[in-house]
Amino acid sequence: MDLLLITPLAVCVALGLITALARQAWLNRLSGVLAAAVVLASGLAISTQVLAGHTLTALGGLLRADALTAFMLTAIGAVGLTATWGGLAARDVVKRGAYAYPVLLVGFLLAMSLAVLADNLGILWIAIEATTITTAFLVGHHRTRQALEAAWKYVILGSVGVAIALLGIVLLYSATVAAGSPTLSWVSLMHSGGTLDHGLVKMAAGLTLLGFATKAGLAPMHSWLPDAHSQAPAEVSGLMSGVLLSVAFYGILRVQAITNQVLGPTLMRSLLIAGALLSIAQAGALIMRQRDLKRMLAYSSIEHMGIIALGAAIGGPLAIGAALLHMLGHGLAKSSIFVASGRILAADGTTKIAQLRSLLARRPAVAAPFLVAMLALLGMPPFALFFTEVTIIVAGFQRGLGWVTGAAVALLLVAFIGLAHHSADLLFGGREAAAEEADIDRSWHGPRVPLIAALAVTAMLGFVAGPTADLIARAAQLLGTGQ
Amino acid sequence: MTDALFAQLIGTCSAAMLLSAVLLVWRRAQAAALPLISLQGLALAGLVAVLGLKQHSPELLGVAVLVLAFKAVVLPLVLVRSSRGERGGAPLINTATSLIAMAALTAIAYAVSAPMASLGTGPTIQAIPVGIALVLYGFLLLVTGRHAIVQLVGFLVIDNGTSTVAFLSSGGVPIIVELGVVLDVLLVILILYVLTGRIRSEFGATDLDDLTELRD
Repeated sequence: MDLLLITPLAVCVALGLITALARQAWLNRLSGVLAAAVVLASGLAISTQVLAGHTLTALGGLLRADALTAFMLTAIGAVGLTATWGGLAARDVVKRGAYAYPVLLVGFLLAMSLAVLADNLGILWIAIEATTITTAFLVGHHRTRQALEAAWKYVILGSVGVAIALLGIVLLYSATVAAGSPTLSWVSLMHSGGTLDHGLVKMAAGLTLLGFATKAGLAPMHSWLPDAHSQAPAEVSGLMSGVLLSVAFYGILRVQAITNQVLGPTLMRSLLIAGALLSIAQAGALIMRQRDLKRMLAYSSIEHMGIIALGAAIGGPLAIGAALLHMLGHGLAKSSIFVASGRILAADGTTKIAQLRSLLARRPAVAAPFLVAMLALLGMPPFALFFTEVTIIVAGFQRGLGWVTGAAVALLLVAFIGLAHHSADLLFGGREAAAEEADIDRSWHGPRVPLIAALAVTAMLGFVAGPTADLIARAAQLLGTGQ
Repeated sequence: MTDALFAQLIGTCSAAMLLSAVLLVWRRAQAAALPLISLQGLALAGLVAVLGLKQHSPELLGVAVLVLAFKAVVLPLVLVRSSRGERGGAPLINTATSLIAMAALTAIAYAVSAPMASLGTGPTIQAIPVGIALVLYGFLLLVTGRHAIVQLVGFLVIDNGTSTVAFLSSGGVPIIVELGVVLDVLLVILILYVLTGRIRSEFGATDLDDLTELRD
């Protein structure tokens, strides 16, 4: 059973090394896809073990898998597969630094898997910092002025932000030293929570939240995000937006559970509510006057992280479960839409909304998945995001956060209108300029299976029952104790 | 080691760290920054060594050697390479304002360190505000520095501050975490070094005022 935890990490390390050393063109293309597939398979295997009532540990307790880990690992694999497989076509265009690129991509998947598998807040921090390290050159891959600027801002803000979280983790550790049982293990911290010094934990929680929130793209620490997401290659944007933000938020969820044990839910709730409302408001305002497609999608990610933060702030099994499902649904839809927008960029040579227009008529095969993914992101039924958003709103009113939830809904409406308006412009706008029948481009510009599969899963997730629902319920249960 | 000597050595090392950080903010010239960062790493290594001797911990002495190698030698060397041929850019605020800001930040550091009193009353606990102050100075460098190298230095000062808090408050985080953190910081600095080179070849200088193409 221990091997299950080590498998995804070991396979990623091996794949990275082989890709770096063998320098085979096919391996270069496929190593990211293979790594993501292995992570997904391990996630599913660990999920069945967890559902059978086992808790897996490995490497002397450094690695541990509970329901939340299993869910996150599956999400990383699923979103990773969508992004890397869907991005295969665009990869052929990529020429410079061709050997470093796939190795860094595999390293990125490795770092995210390690982050969710580690049962040690220190290792979690190291893994999240490693995601910055592996993605720095992926963001700056195109080596244009804009890409360099985005990479610089991303590395500085990302690493400095995460450095604040390290200070918080250090303080938490000294609190456990003072309490006589030094530990950074999440499980031990959940058990010894009551004995820790309140003042220290308060400070530690605030700093850790602030640090991880930078990486999770919550306002006001989000300013790196639109730059990095708009400049990175499509599959990297999809991975960062779809799952890296969620992995960083996973760190917040773990720390929140510990803090709630010691101090009760008030502190983290008020901080998260502030972050959530600011993020949704900021995203809505900037989506409204956005002219670039990829930047618009980046702001939509900030909006969705705001929704997830709102779910975490509300707390309780219902809202936390919905927030977790929201992470997966958003990840799949967002990676699909980034892949689709990468194909649009490759075909039309621009991401300026004004220059694209009437896309559905001109390139139906590229525009259709874009439209479906956008409907999912807008929170339309039958997609999962509709159900999770409704659940979070209902839970908010149930748990006495009616005013906050009401404000969030009003702000979400602004973002909704902005996204719908720009998407309509992009897909249907300027019909009179629509091309002749002969000019219509019916090519998918890349593999169609990953996009169809990801969007189909997003559509079905809302109706889940059985094992998936059980896994999410157990994960929410883990985090919900003490609220 | 007697308690008096221990307290004195801890005081000396943390004072050296604080002083080097003050001088870093005061004198923005790059020529001065590198020996100062090196001195700060040396003082941090000294601090860890003193703790190791006091607690008779071979592990901490090993960590002290590690800190010495990375923070006093390797990282400053990377900085030297990345700042070759650069002239210092004027910071956003002048020296007098910087020094007043630092005085305020030091006061804040002592104020926010109040919860640390629960950890005990030894000389190590009393020196913790120095670490917090270093973190705050690092932010000051990051926010006011218009030059890529100044931001790099700011990042290093923040990291030194965090390590100082870790060693003083708990005798250091577990060794595997310590190793991972050191490796991460080294890689981040190397990445920033490479990016600085690319920015210079693309923009002609590493003045961050040129990075204004991405905005809403």
